[in-house]
Amino acid sequence: MTQIGAHTERVRQRTHEGFLRHHGFRYAQIATGLCVAAVGVYFVTAARLHEPPSGGSWLGYTLGTISAGLIVWLAFLGVRKRVITEGHYSLKAWVSAHVYLGLSLVVLATLHTGFQFGWNIHTLAYALMMLVIASGALGIWAYATLPQRLHANRGEITRRQMLDALERLDAQLRDVAQPLDRAGAAVVRLSVEDTELGGGFLRRLTNNHGDDANQRALKALRNLPPPAGERQAEALAKIEELLRQKADVLSLARRQMQITAMLEGWLFIHIPATFALLAALTAHIVSVFAYW
Amino acid sequence: MAETYKIAIVGSGPAGMSAAAHAAKKGVSHVLLEKTDHLSDTIFRYQKGKHVMATPNVLVLRADCEFDAGKREKILEQWDADVKAAGVNVRFKAEVKAITGEQGAFTLDLGKGGTIQAENVILAIGTQGNPNLMRCEGASLPHVQYQLDDPGEYTDEHIFVIGSGDAGIENALGLAADAGQGNTVTILNRSADFARAKKANVDNLMAARDAGRMTVMTETTPSLVEEGWVTVDTPQGSSRYRCDRIIARMGASPPRKFVESCGVTFASEQPSAFPTLSPTFETTKPGIYVIGALAGYPLIKHCMNQGFDVVEFILGVTDLEPADEPLLKEKLKGLPGNRSVSEWLEFLRSNVEILNGLSPLQMREFLLDSEVRAYRAGEPCFIRNEQGSSLFGIASGSVKVEVDPANPNITVPIGQGSIFGEVGLISGRRRGATIRAAEPTICIEIPRMAALKLMAQVPEARDTVNRITTERQVLQIFKSGLTPEDIRDVLAGSEVMDVKPGQPIISEGDLSDDLYIIRSGSMIVEKDIGGKPVFMNYVPAGSYSGEMAMIERSPRVATVKAAIRSQVVKLPAEPFRALLARKPELAARMQAEMKARREINAFIEEQKEQFGGAVDMYSSVANFLIKQGIGEATDVLLIDESLCVGCDNCERACADSHDGLSRLNREAGTTFANIHVPTSCRHCEHPHCMSDCPPNAIRRGPDGEVFISDTCIGCGNCQRACPYGVIQMDKPPPKKPGLLSWMLFGVGPGPGQPDYEWRKKAAKAGGAESPKLAIKCDMCSGKSGGPACVRACPTGAAIRVSPDAFLSVARVDKVVARP
Repeated sequence: MTQIGAHTERVRQRTHEGFLRHHGFRYAQIATGLCVAAVGVYFVTAARLHEPPSGGSWLGYTLGTISAGLIVWLAFLGVRKRVITEGHYSLKAWVSAHVYLGLSLVVLATLHTGFQFGWNIHTLAYALMMLVIASGALGIWAYATLPQRLHANRGEITRRQMLDALERLDAQLRDVAQPLDRAGAAVVRLSVEDTELGGGFLRRLTNNHGDDANQRALKALRNLPPPAGERQAEALAKIEELLRQKADVLSLARRQMQITAMLEGWLFIHIPATFALLAALTAHIVSVFAYW
Repeated sequence: MAETYKIAIVGSGPAGMSAAAHAAKKGVSHVLLEKTDHLSDTIFRYQKGKHVMATPNVLVLRADCEFDAGKREKILEQWDADVKAAGVNVRFKAEVKAITGEQGAFTLDLGKGGTIQAENVILAIGTQGNPNLMRCEGASLPHVQYQLDDPGEYTDEHIFVIGSGDAGIENALGLAADAGQGNTVTILNRSADFARAKKANVDNLMAARDAGRMTVMTETTPSLVEEGWVTVDTPQGSSRYRCDRIIARMGASPPRKFVESCGVTFASEQPSAFPTLSPTFETTKPGIYVIGALAGYPLIKHCMNQGFDVVEFILGVTDLEPADEPLLKEKLKGLPGNRSVSEWLEFLRSNVEILNGLSPLQMREFLLDSEVRAYRAGEPCFIRNEQGSSLFGIASGSVKVEVDPANPNITVPIGQGSIFGEVGLISGRRRGATIRAAEPTICIEIPRMAALKLMAQVPEARDTVNRITTERQVLQIFKSGLTPEDIRDVLAGSEVMDVKPGQPIISEGDLSDDLYIIRSGSMIVEKDIGGKPVFMNYVPAGSYSGEMAMIERSPRVATVKAAIRSQVVKLPAEPFRALLARKPELAARMQAEMKARREINAFIEEQKEQFGGAVDMYSSVANFLIKQGIGEATDVLLIDESLCVGCDNCERACADSHDGLSRLNREAGTTFANIHVPTSCRHCEHPHCMSDCPPNAIRRGPDGEVFISDTCIGCGNCQRACPYGVIQMDKPPPKKPGLLSWMLFGVGPGPGQPDYEWRKKAAKAGGAESPKLAIKCDMCSGKSGGPACVRACPTGAAIRVSPDAFLSVARVDKVVARP
């Protein structure tokens, strides 16, 4: 089989690798190398120092500078992600580097401390950094495991379609409720007017909708007195079916929101902690040089 | 007594109206016949407030009516005023049923409106045609209508919509949209499913049915219409329903039949052909003239200019300088030879073989679309692997083809009068070889659409292109120093075949032994392993298939069938075997390739035994992708759902690198296994969207991207033509505040496509009215980093691939056997 000409194209993402495996684990290797080198140098030089190793030694300064530089650069991912420039860059490569170099900070910054901790601004900066890294690790877990569930849950139904389906069901409920008496209409109104799809972040994350108005409406429907006429009975049967359909769509949409919340939940720690870390880091550096 | 006019003009669109206005200005006795009760029905039927554009910008308007880009209402108002001011004699509701007689004494039959006598007739009826009419009894009752302008007009009625196309479905949905209107809507479909309509429309229809807002009756036809009632035939028998209104949307029949019945000949049998015209727009029937869209000029400015010109011609003016003269002058400026425009036209027409059959008028139009290029000796016309689908004709000089990419000194000459670039034209693939001018050379470069039009209009041109294409393609595919002499016998028995999607050209186990060249489209190779068809390979255009059985005289080892509508060339086995015997080099080459292929087959079979599940999976993934139209794609966006975190950064990146509008919808689209095909352009080999673009604004860029240039007039044809729903009509939002001010102060909508509310408010503040234009993926054309959607994916879920790279066996383990 002959094909005329090979493709010569602009830079193109041809290989199909996730961010963790990017470029044959290139950044994992770089980060590991960095850590191994730092640990090696630390234990070789620590023995020869006059005083116990700390951030104030030449090794401490070197590790500190590398770590501080890394922290600032890692935080820069937030900007990189949002600025779509024309040149060649791959956000996937950035994320890959962010993950592995971020993890390497556990080693680099710990060595930088010389294992000296205390109740001061310096240790606060260290603790905040560890918090950022821990929340980031949570993120890695989320990104590596949740996408499958996210997409398996929704199938080929889009968010818009879920909302449309709910709207459509509500419209049908209103239509069908026309011949009902006051009590019946109240049941439909309960479902149509009081059902809350999402709610706050915690509610979305736990997918706990115990007081769901649609469920309450279903229950109330069953407790209604027997219908007065055939027309009413027919309407009530139709309404029960619609409420069930609505319950199905609601649980699908809420599961979707739950997984989405899990996928972004860790960011609610990661991002604020990053800003706190940047502030503490600044204070740490300023105080070190002010009290030289 | 019938009235007699010097000129009768049929159709009051831009062309007819302009002709009538000019006739009126000149004081010629005339009549303008319009079948509806208003001027310019096509534009009248545009949606309210539509912005009508005036392209091509460079063309000077020469007419007695004004026209400038603007809102539909403003333009129609202007024309009404112009027609009145010019003193045009208009007859509304005058539909011409037949034209008989000869020049000087034509009779126009207006049905109930009597007859009209005219010396000359101008047909300016456009291409919209007449709606197909209901044929059952009672179909002529007044409550049967073929158009729905405003669904909100009708309340509390029993309405039947007949027709299963998009128009019918949209009308039915519109009528049932507001329950408050109280309409009882029923849609009738003659067949069992809605195959002709867009999926989204059918989905909405089914949803409306399920919601009880309307009734859908399939396999049903109306049989009797009465006042207030309709009787329909269903599979269960016939029944009678209340019916206050029938809206019949059963398509339209093109006006060709009517035009031919007037004695006018068309250029060819093809549906896309136009009437044969003289340089003065006169048809083969003396005294009948055709202008406007029916003559092949869909743009308003062209139409109006032709209206002016044709009246001049009828009045005996022969030296009228065409309105496009300055355009052509500009186009031909700077070329060597110091020729005038008409000398150039004649020079090109007589020197390039495929243009010989064109009339000067066609030649003019042709040149407007094409480019004349002068090359110095050694200058490249195009480079190997460049993307291009235009055809070149050599008007003087000659070129040489570098057939061997490894050694540019091996060249094959092509001389004056011949053509080149035809393989790219037909297959839509990249250029197969570099071609340079051998001496100072003048070529005409004909874009694909113009070339296809030429082939449809002039049968000789089509035959020439086809003959040369087959010959060159065979030479190019088999290389090995073959010459046209060598393959003469092979070509003599060759046959060009059209293959429908799914139709096999080779069936496993058959004893046939012909060789096939895939000329356009693509094929998939399947082999029956353990009772199941297993996907073996994807064969793109420009390749061959079937050589194993030809060489070894053995039964076929696999089935080769079309992935999409394709064209193949069948080469008979016997002469080819004789050729192999004469050319050991070619035989060796084919043997080597066959060996490689056999290894692939063996590999798959072995895999199948060891990892049956993985191969089945790969096979079904490949089949899924082919079903999604990947077979005609050149570059498609896929999303790996095991990596996608749903952050929509791809959409945001797309919006931010393209005037603030995203051209892709990540969530929408279909999914199979882990592979999601989002709603995004695939850059088809032969793009459906290109097929009917009045200003020719859709083109193919250097990287293979199909893009819409800024000459778009917003007509929406491409959006309707795209089977994948990737084109949207929208206006770009105003500029957003910068990223920093959003991050720090929360000003503006932030990255990505701004929401509708923000856009509306910002557009209002901006003031200027901007038209809705067609918007689609341009693969980030001109951006060195490549497509932004892929670059901006944080997890590597989004990839852009070409099908031949993606559907190769090398992926058996990669696609599915990932942990």
